[in-house]
Amino acid sequence: MGSEPAIAARGLTRRFGELVAVDQLDLRVPRGCIQGFLGPNGSGKTTAIRMLCGLLTPSGGEATVLGVPVPARIEELRPRIGYMTQRFSLYEDLTVRENLEFLAEVHGLPRARRRARVEALLGEYDLADRAGQRAGSLSGGQRQRLALAATLIHEPELLFLDEPTSAVDPQSRRDFWESLFSLLDRGTTILVSTHYMDEAERCHRLAILANGSLVAEGAPRELMDGIEASVVEIETEAIREARAALGGIEAVMSVAQLGARLRALVRDEVAAPEELVQRALDAAGVDARAERARASLEDVFVATTRGRAG
Amino acid sequence: MSGSLSRILSIARKEVRQLQRDRLTFGMVLGIPLMQLLLFGYAINQDVRHLRAAVADQAGTSCSRQLVADAQASQVIDVVATAHTAEELESLLRRGRVVVGLLIPHDFERRLAQEGRPRAQLLVDGSDPVVLQSVRGLLDLPACGRAAAPSTATFALRAYYNPERRSPVQIVPGLIGVILTMTMTLFTAVAIVRERERGNLELLITTPVRTPELMAGKILPYMGIGMIQVTVILAVGSLLFGVPIRGTLADTYAAGLAFVTATLTLGLLISTLAQTQFQAFQLTFFSFLPQILLSGFMFPFDGMPRAAQWLAETFPLTHFVRIIRGVMLRGAALGELHGELVPLAAFFAVTLAASILRFRKRLD
Repeated sequence: MGSEPAIAARGLTRRFGELVAVDQLDLRVPRGCIQGFLGPNGSGKTTAIRMLCGLLTPSGGEATVLGVPVPARIEELRPRIGYMTQRFSLYEDLTVRENLEFLAEVHGLPRARRRARVEALLGEYDLADRAGQRAGSLSGGQRQRLALAATLIHEPELLFLDEPTSAVDPQSRRDFWESLFSLLDRGTTILVSTHYMDEAERCHRLAILANGSLVAEGAPRELMDGIEASVVEIETEAIREARAALGGIEAVMSVAQLGARLRALVRDEVAAPEELVQRALDAAGVDARAERARASLEDVFVATTRGRAG
Repeated sequence: MSGSLSRILSIARKEVRQLQRDRLTFGMVLGIPLMQLLLFGYAINQDVRHLRAAVADQAGTSCSRQLVADAQASQVIDVVATAHTAEELESLLRRGRVVVGLLIPHDFERRLAQEGRPRAQLLVDGSDPVVLQSVRGLLDLPACGRAAAPSTATFALRAYYNPERRSPVQIVPGLIGVILTMTMTLFTAVAIVRERERGNLELLITTPVRTPELMAGKILPYMGIGMIQVTVILAVGSLLFGVPIRGTLADTYAAGLAFVTATLTLGLLISTLAQTQFQAFQLTFFSFLPQILLSGFMFPFDGMPRAAQWLAETFPLTHFVRIIRGVMLRGAALGELHGELVPLAAFFAVTLAASILRFRKRLD
């Protein structure tokens, strides 16, 4: 059992009428790691997670989660997995404590453990002094902590988190990731979707989705090293002119502004990308200096999803 | 099994908590039955006075004038128009100018001397049975100092448009059914849709809770609320309107419980069909109107066309109206009415099964 991957999917596909939301997804997530799902909105992250949680029936392909085929035997898997929905899904008219107690009950926790578990989660997620407050009146960060606590009530081995930090401030996001790492230390496997690059970099492994397809997979470092493009940074006073000068070049995949600099992605085939860029700038009479730079995760993201995002 | 029961109870407990905090809905639990009952209760008040009336006094004698004055003095009618012929009276009735016409014929004096013949005629808009009932009080009005003999009424009554005479007391027991249909169906109709709309369902279906447990947990609290409503209606009906409970109280409640359960599962089915709370509302009202009109609560069942009767036989309200009238008005025991309980049980079983089959722990 233990050697099996936490998630194994082959050819997983989901159509909604004409739209192919997830297209032939192959995925292998080892146990005991944080797997990131990175992709623009509408890339199929939520659909993929919902299929793996047994909430959506795949149109094709197959998947096993913790060695159990889904959705066929999803019910026996329920006690072992936790799913934190993208939208806040706890009862807003119940208090924090009532929400946790309700979930502990429907998860069938024994009475004695229920109490202890709720108290432990209230303490761990800094909700103890909010216990009597209705969930609907919590702030974004508090809601998110409550949602995570609720997902953990039955101590699942595998967590699915669907854009858990989309509605919280940076401090809450940092705290949230600290909690994820301490869960990881206790042996929990976590699949988390995000569109924040800094969060993606914290994952052990990343799967980048675009238009329902898996376009890149691996550890963040691997992905950055293996990027199929060159990164050129341009320092100039004349940002606008430099941009215009690079706009017409076919080999330049994208140009993005980073403060007072420009960052250009150049096709891999070009042997000396910084020279290509420098020549183009000189030809346009722009006073600028181009030099090679290391790829960031965002570069990987842009290079892999470019032209695919719909 | 005990895990199952504890899950059902925790869902039920959660429903009650949410209901308590939803002030408007909570108010509806008591507010709707009270409002409906008072509204309908006073509408069916038998003691109707000051009905608009027209008089055609063809005799024109002192005796006939005295009769008109006496009728007016009884406060049952107010004479607002005069006419000369029966046709004119009928025309006034038809146009709704008056609801009662008093026709005193040319040979009024001669009729007074004869036994066994009515002396005059009351033309009544009988489409409203309450009006008809009230006017009956005029039948024995003494004419010219002579009390009518038991065999000879002063007036012969002729009911127009609606010859059958129904007792308004029949309305309150049936009203229990109407009020319960209205509130119970709506409670469960929004119960699952609301969770879907608010996003709670996405969380709930990832827990080990089973569909039948979810359904049971959703029904249970409203069964209790249904019994509270039955109590309110019975108490107000008895205190304010003197509606009798001739059968046993236990049978009355048992009938109520059976009906409430059937109605709640109808709501559940609606909840699995509707995508939004608004759709659930619409479907509920769509189911509500035919039940009220065809159940025999408003119009006599026997008078309906065969197809409508067949349709009405599938409604829980139809059977409940028969059961509750039997128990409360005729003093029947529930066991004697098992012919009506069986369809109620069948309705419950079918709608519950359909809701469980329709509900998927899926989002697709």
